[in-house]
Amino acid sequence: MFAELSSILNASPDSFTQGEFVLVSDRQSDASFLIHHFLSFYLRGDAVSQRLGVSLAQAKEKGQLVFLEGLKESLSVLIPQDTNTGSKAMDFLRDPAVGLKSLYEFPSSVSSSGSRAEGAEEWGPLVLLVDDLSVLLSLGVSVGAVLDFSHYCRATVCSELQGNVVMLARCDGEEEEGDGDDEGSETLLKGLTHQCSLTLHVQGLPTGFCRDIHGQVEVCWRRRQGDGQSTQKKLFQYKVHDKGASFFAPGTSSAVL
Amino acid sequence: MAAPMSGVGEASAERSSFNATSFQKKTRSRLISIPGTRPSVQNGQLLVSTGVTSLDYLLGGGLAVGTVLLIEEDRYDSYSRMILKYFLAEGVVCRHELFVAAAQDNPDDILQELPAPILDDVAIHKPVEQPRLSCEPQDSMDAMKIAWRYQNLPKVQSALASSSRFGHYYDVSKTMEPEIRQAAKCHRFYLPEHPTQSSPTHSTMLESYSALLKSLQEVIHREGFDVAAPMTKSRNILRIGLHSLGSALWGDDLCCHDNPKNVHALTSFLYGLRALLRSSLSVAVVTVPSHLIQDRALMGSITRLCDNAIALESFKGSERETNPLYKDYHGLLHVRQVPHLNCLASKLPDHKDLAFKLKRKQFSIERLHLPPDLSETVSRVSRGELAGAATMASGCSSGTSGNKHLDF
Repeated sequence: MFAELSSILNASPDSFTQGEFVLVSDRQSDASFLIHHFLSFYLRGDAVSQRLGVSLAQAKEKGQLVFLEGLKESLSVLIPQDTNTGSKAMDFLRDPAVGLKSLYEFPSSVSSSGSRAEGAEEWGPLVLLVDDLSVLLSLGVSVGAVLDFSHYCRATVCSELQGNVVMLARCDGEEEEGDGDDEGSETLLKGLTHQCSLTLHVQGLPTGFCRDIHGQVEVCWRRRQGDGQSTQKKLFQYKVHDKGASFFAPGTSSAVL
Repeated sequence: MAAPMSGVGEASAERSSFNATSFQKKTRSRLISIPGTRPSVQNGQLLVSTGVTSLDYLLGGGLAVGTVLLIEEDRYDSYSRMILKYFLAEGVVCRHELFVAAAQDNPDDILQELPAPILDDVAIHKPVEQPRLSCEPQDSMDAMKIAWRYQNLPKVQSALASSSRFGHYYDVSKTMEPEIRQAAKCHRFYLPEHPTQSSPTHSTMLESYSALLKSLQEVIHREGFDVAAPMTKSRNILRIGLHSLGSALWGDDLCCHDNPKNVHALTSFLYGLRALLRSSLSVAVVTVPSHLIQDRALMGSITRLCDNAIALESFKGSERETNPLYKDYHGLLHVRQVPHLNCLASKLPDHKDLAFKLKRKQFSIERLHLPPDLSETVSRVSRGELAGAATMASGCSSGTSGNKHLDF
């Protein structure tokens, strides 16, 4: 958990808004460090374990973390064998035109399974973290299917169960090019931005490569208040180290001051 | 802590054992020690050498086991093919197993062109060679008159132990001797030899890629490279070299059309390849003719699906060949992606202007750097000064090695 980012988002492990759909996106950059932040943020335990760090293996054992590793499961689908014992979740790889319904069944089954009820009082509401929707696009799934998938996840987790959803979507093209080079991921990004309540968009610096400042993060809140929507945007620059990331206002990097 | 050390301080010639001390370090680490690999100092991953020591440095010490290196080919596929051959040659020298797949040339031809290693300290695997004791040849005492203290240390590493060097140098003008090459186990996949299957196995992946993926999985299972396989025998690394994926010879139309029909064939294959590699002790080098792929976003998603990615841009045939700026180099090298395994941030190289040069004994990658021109007349700096300034290790040393034209 990055303490600076938590304070920027006005969230702490004890009190955070529920029913939020967070979109983490990047353009020609790498936003996966933010997934680490959210993972450790939501997996927080008591104060002692917070200081010691969060152990994913332990969380998985206790049942707090349910992990679907698409890469491993996909192999049995991509190389068909006679005995197919893989889980059904990655079946969409066989025929991507069909859609992501089988993949959606995984979070819905977790949310409705009885085993969750045992420890449900201990832990908070359900949080769904999706690392990299753009990989689904490069595997042949259509943009519409991915948007449907995200919509269904949001409907189930955010509205019904008052949980949170965090999704990562990546983009490669330049923002100004509208030639249709990268139609798929641009459309996906636009569609997801409209659905979500909090966006963190990671980009490289507009002035070029810098060793001390790895890029900029634009945080955008979209709140529905009364009649219309209000959006609030903030821009930060960041640097990723071994143990975390530091966020600062543009121009105030320790390398500059 | 007093450890029993036998005869270290003695300089007498009575000392007959070639081991300086009998102290043995107890390693409690459970790291499997495979010849030709070493753990990374940054994140503890197991690394293998790509065969090019300067490329190892750029990638953070070497290629991590279980990852893919994508090489975007230069225009005539000369230098990318050279790096592939270095990679395979390094596998032969470290006694790893090889898997070569190609659609254009027979893998046997590629294997015959491997460069010869410079063998001053590489032990060729010969059956049962006794370790040489120092006291055996008394006449060789005459050989060392000054460094006589080193007389008792072994000159040649025992052939039973693997080469302890990480990364070797190769002589490009000679090809590897057949004995050395045949000592390594090679698996081949030559696309024209595999008949097209009638039943389409996957809707987005091409038959050629499916066949290749299936063949790779078979080899990994059969030879025991799975991480989950029982540790009965000693482990080894499988080096996979895939030549020119995405080209028309594989049946792919990525390079032929602006809007290819099988847009996701190569990306699905790379996804499956990564799934295979992550669960086995293997490393892959894939070359792709990216200069033929018009869609930059597609190239971006291909890069994202591989872990390491570099692009080569050679000067051959372009107007840069005669440009005096680049006269010492054969091309530019761009590092597109370096993975961050088990850590938050990846260590991209600090300098983005890298150039490579294929010399006879080394493929060197240096920072393209010109010293400031301090002379009165605008003349090209002499060759020696340029070569001295552009070394990889030095930070930003300018060529201040004496400019004779400076007189005030």
